[in-house]
Amino acid sequence: MLRLRAWFFRLLGLFQKNKRDVEMTEEMQAHVDLLTERNIAAGMLPHEARNAALRQFGGVEQVKEVAREQRVWRWADELFQDIRYGARMLRRTPGFSILAILCLTLGIGTNAAALSWIEGILIRPYPLVAHQDRMVALSGTVRGAERGELSYPDFLDFEKNSTLFESFIVDKITGTTLSAGDRAERSVGGIVSANYFDALGVQPILGRGFRPEEGTGRNAHPVTVISYMTWKNRYKGDPDIIGKTQFMNGVQHTIIGVAPEQFHGTFVGYSFNFWVPTSMQETFDNTGYKLEDRGARWVEGYAFLKPGITRQQGQAELSAIAKRLENDFPETNRGHGIEIFPLWKTPFNAASDMSPTLAITMAVVFFVLLIACANVSNLLLARSLLRRHEMTMRLALGAGRCRLIKQLFTEGFLLSLIASLGGIAVAYWSRNALVLAFPPSVPGITIDYPGQLDWRVLLLSVAICVGSTMLFALMPAIQSSHVNLSGALKSEGAGVVGGSGRSRLRSALVLVQVSLSFVLLAGTGLLLQSLQRMQNASPGFSTNNVIMSVVDLFSAGYKLDRAKIFHTQLLDRVRALPGVESAALARVAPFSYNPPSSAPIEIDSYQPAPDEQPNADYLQVSEDYLSTLGIRLVAGREFTKNDDENSPPVAIINETMAAKYWPGKNPIGQRLKVKDKWMQIVGVAKNVKIETKLEPPRSFFYVPVRQNFFVGNALLIRTRETPGAITNALAREVHALDPTLAPYAADRLQEQVDGRGYTQRLAATLLAIFGGMALFLAAIGLYGVMSYSVSQSTRELGVRMALGATVRDLLRLVLSRGLRLTIAGVVIGLAAALLLTRLMGNLLYKVSPRDPIAFGAALIILIAVALAACFFPARRATRIDPVRALRI
Amino acid sequence: MAKEKPDLVYGTLDMLILKALQHGARHGLAISDRIQQMSQDILRVEQGSLYPALYRLEAQGWIKAEWGVSENNRRARYYELTTAGRKQLVAEKDHWSRITRGINLVLSGG
Repeated sequence: MLRLRAWFFRLLGLFQKNKRDVEMTEEMQAHVDLLTERNIAAGMLPHEARNAALRQFGGVEQVKEVAREQRVWRWADELFQDIRYGARMLRRTPGFSILAILCLTLGIGTNAAALSWIEGILIRPYPLVAHQDRMVALSGTVRGAERGELSYPDFLDFEKNSTLFESFIVDKITGTTLSAGDRAERSVGGIVSANYFDALGVQPILGRGFRPEEGTGRNAHPVTVISYMTWKNRYKGDPDIIGKTQFMNGVQHTIIGVAPEQFHGTFVGYSFNFWVPTSMQETFDNTGYKLEDRGARWVEGYAFLKPGITRQQGQAELSAIAKRLENDFPETNRGHGIEIFPLWKTPFNAASDMSPTLAITMAVVFFVLLIACANVSNLLLARSLLRRHEMTMRLALGAGRCRLIKQLFTEGFLLSLIASLGGIAVAYWSRNALVLAFPPSVPGITIDYPGQLDWRVLLLSVAICVGSTMLFALMPAIQSSHVNLSGALKSEGAGVVGGSGRSRLRSALVLVQVSLSFVLLAGTGLLLQSLQRMQNASPGFSTNNVIMSVVDLFSAGYKLDRAKIFHTQLLDRVRALPGVESAALARVAPFSYNPPSSAPIEIDSYQPAPDEQPNADYLQVSEDYLSTLGIRLVAGREFTKNDDENSPPVAIINETMAAKYWPGKNPIGQRLKVKDKWMQIVGVAKNVKIETKLEPPRSFFYVPVRQNFFVGNALLIRTRETPGAITNALAREVHALDPTLAPYAADRLQEQVDGRGYTQRLAATLLAIFGGMALFLAAIGLYGVMSYSVSQSTRELGVRMALGATVRDLLRLVLSRGLRLTIAGVVIGLAAALLLTRLMGNLLYKVSPRDPIAFGAALIILIAVALAACFFPARRATRIDPVRALRI
Repeated sequence: MAKEKPDLVYGTLDMLILKALQHGARHGLAISDRIQQMSQDILRVEQGSLYPALYRLEAQGWIKAEWGVSENNRRARYYELTTAGRKQLVAEKDHWSRITRGINLVLSGG
């Protein structure tokens, strides 16, 4: 009760502070008056009496201060005072405050944003999906090494025979073409198992998910769940959408559900627009019906481990099942296994491409944070020295040391609080900025790289910043609590250039900054250089005068015969267009998302090793394909119109394949067996890159499209016309053949090729941004140290001038000290960079991780920046008036 | 005249103030006069210690204050013991006598 009362009293005191202060003054005044009267009564003159009374009473202000400290809820009272005072200090030195807050804001903001991207892309990539920690990606393996897909019958056997998993889902990316006006638009969707939405714990907001029976029966259930965006954009948010139909790939599909707004499917890199059940596989896969074919591997998907089961246990069980399948079905399953991956290593979406880039990003932003912290620490230290006078003065005036420490603490806290708020804002605004770093995607397709602010991430970055700020904010307090009052009140400015222990600490901070910046600069240099080399590297075919487009006959429901006629006619019409030099078909365009075909091969003269299954990738192309793309023939001939279903099967192989299977021999005229079909080799072509510029040369061959026709084909046109002109001309020709059809907007092959290099471009962009930021921060740090060191050694410089030192001497003195620091930092940075850049080997293209140009450039930039940062303080040093300097 | 600071004996000032207020309300100067008088001029309370102590005691609820008029018609703040303050005084007196007895025993011992 008593305690409560006292507490209440103090609380009251806190808010009635002014009133209490007035009362206190009044009381003490009364006391002094009483004393004065008593003195007068004792015979003193009035003014003597009053002076004596004041002397007797002692320092009124000190008494009040002590009384204040005891009177109320002291710390809270002082906290308000400190915050007010701290805010005033920050306002009074706006340069310092803005700089410090800016540094910390950048540090916290970039960290929080980058960590959020990482968290969003790698750890919990799928909004609304439950139990992502137990979700694993499924991948097939071939002879334990190469990875691939699973066949549907195998998938069902894994699902049926496993006990450690809660559920299995198929999630195969697919697409269709929807018409939007007179242009075709790509729409991305998923072929998913019927349990998909249930297993993910995602409830459609309208209608329902799939029923179990909808997963089976060849093309038996044309139903679809559409995404929220599709519903809003394409169907204008029609509330009666359920039960309506959408024509996709030649089949009317009934819309049975609309997914929630935040759900974009389970594929890092793409937002899905629709989902169809597995029963519709054939409708959405232009390579045939595969639900009952154990040899057809196409399934990508996920499984959920039961709670408490580790990935290793799950893997062991699935591997055992895979072994049994190998025994039961040696024809199709020999050498085939299964591997499960955590989500962030998912092999079939962008997660695995992104993870090295994101890892580097994380390291880089952490560096930036460290540099920012070092910077702010430096600024605080510099200021602490400037404030030693103030601190000493306050100690002399009766402030407790504890009180000073608390006040500095509050100031540091205030600083980091403002910066943290700023950092959170930066992180919030840039959480989705990752998307901006990517190339513009195909119209109609949203790329989704979810960035969600995670409070744990924010907390971590804020904690690092607040921690370091506090630590260094307290430095002056710790130092000033050992201050010798009379000594410290004497003048400052008596130091020498580069003396004393505290300047060693500051130099150490600059060393850290310079070395970290060097690492970042060197890394950025490497990535930029590799990016440039990659940009300039030729994929082996011409990219600038070749334009690509697609008429999606498969989605339009064309069957094979009709498609063949259409493509043949279209090719003739395109070749007749003015400005077109040549045109060709290919089942997939080079560097597109779709991989080329792959098949086991057999060669007369080649004896494979016991556990080797010779395999090669191949592409179905029309006549003129090689000449249209400018791929040179080394020997033999190109395909002609006559290489059709009525003539003997032929193939053109690449140089790597020729060297591997027919070493030292001429392969022309030799035989190659692909899928039980013998083909005669009629040509050898130069190696070209097929999917990415980074891929190593591999065995590859071409077969005539007319002997291996598919409904869907890409159209490649060699021309000097612009893509826009070609698109319009193409649209007219397509329209003349089939008024219901429209081609995709045509694009240079160069765009297609560039699009595949996004990981490297992203890494280089991020590093360039953060490297620049680090450089900027390090320059500020260096500038701060040098200008402080100059202001501290005013007297020394004055003496030197008085003794006849020239401006040049002084400049050299100050600059050399700055340069010494920089060079020491560079040496440390060099050592660190040599160690660290090795880790980015797989992001580099034809650049050594120790590339002298990148390292040299980093060195030059840093030294130049350091010189600039030192120059201004040095110049100020030369303007010191020796007379004034000596008088200080 | 030897001047001894009562607050040198740690924590005794509070007790002395409580004691000085035992027989009625007094203002600050009167409290310090009273202590000086009761101690036959041995102890003299510095104002610098008196007021902080008074506010401390007030915050703890052992004394309460109220504005009044002094003997020579001046406004002054009068302090008065509360019930809790009386109890505290008894407790501190007991404590003090035990301590001094102990100290005396030590000092007078062989």
